[in-house]
Amino acid sequence: MKAAVIVFPGSNCDRDLRLALERSSGGPVEMVWHGDTDIPDVDLIAVPGGFSYGDYLRSGAMAAHSPVLREVVARANKGVPVLGICNGFQILTEAGLLPGVLMRNAGLKFICRDVYLRVETTEAPFTQGYGKGQVIRIPIAHLDGNYFTDDDTLKRLAGEDRVAFRYCDADGGAANPNGSRDRIAGILNERGNVLGMMPHPERLADPMLGGADGVAMFDGLAAALS
Amino acid sequence: MKAKVHVTLKEGVLDPQGKAVRQALGSLGFGGVEGVRQGKFIEIDLAWTDAAKARDEVEAMCRQLLANTVIEKYSIEIVEG
Repeated sequence: MKAAVIVFPGSNCDRDLRLALERSSGGPVEMVWHGDTDIPDVDLIAVPGGFSYGDYLRSGAMAAHSPVLREVVARANKGVPVLGICNGFQILTEAGLLPGVLMRNAGLKFICRDVYLRVETTEAPFTQGYGKGQVIRIPIAHLDGNYFTDDDTLKRLAGEDRVAFRYCDADGGAANPNGSRDRIAGILNERGNVLGMMPHPERLADPMLGGADGVAMFDGLAAALS
Repeated sequence: MKAKVHVTLKEGVLDPQGKAVRQALGSLGFGGVEGVRQGKFIEIDLAWTDAAKARDEVEAMCRQLLANTVIEKYSIEIVEG
């Protein structure tokens, strides 16, 4: 699997993501600057977490209109898998690749801690490394992670098996750290080739970091896209 | 001319910041506050002299960037001079 990580001014998870992708794919990962208009021919484009453009106007709003994003949108529309994590998820919604919006957390506080997620679908390359219904521990670190969309879209997401992850507790029971509708932590686009998620799998991708539940996502991608 | 743009959350979209401000006003003793909605004010200097053209352009700016119409609405005021 060849992968590219998009880097914006203010990205801060780009190198962690690169490392996680390199370890699973065994190959080098291209770093693509936000001002570039071309992206190398890759099997996966990853949009990392951070605070692109200082979160000016709205989280992800400026990055969604940066030169490189036009190419990300074009590749996504051609079917290239695109993974957006945290700020990357915010950027993909602002760019119109995913429905809804990430609002301010219901409790108004920045939340930085490990949470539990239930894997809701394994039909996408991003989640095929997990079991359906598996509970995994992955950290979140965000102020704007409160997923909002209208009732019709919410129904469609659930009906079309496009909810990838929901927040839960350690036993898989209901939990909701940020007020997201339907406890949504990650969603897929209609075609299933774009995933946006607020939690950071790249931050628990090595036992030395205190956990490795994120590895299966990158291993699954490498298996699916190699 | 100038455009003055107000961007606020749509009715029905929870505004936790507005709610927190309302509570703070209450605790300061302002008893008559029934609700607070927080938003953004954006002032744009424009080169155009035709107000109708200016409004059309700013309308497009709001749709494409200044507001996220999933949750926000906007109002535009064009001011001469």
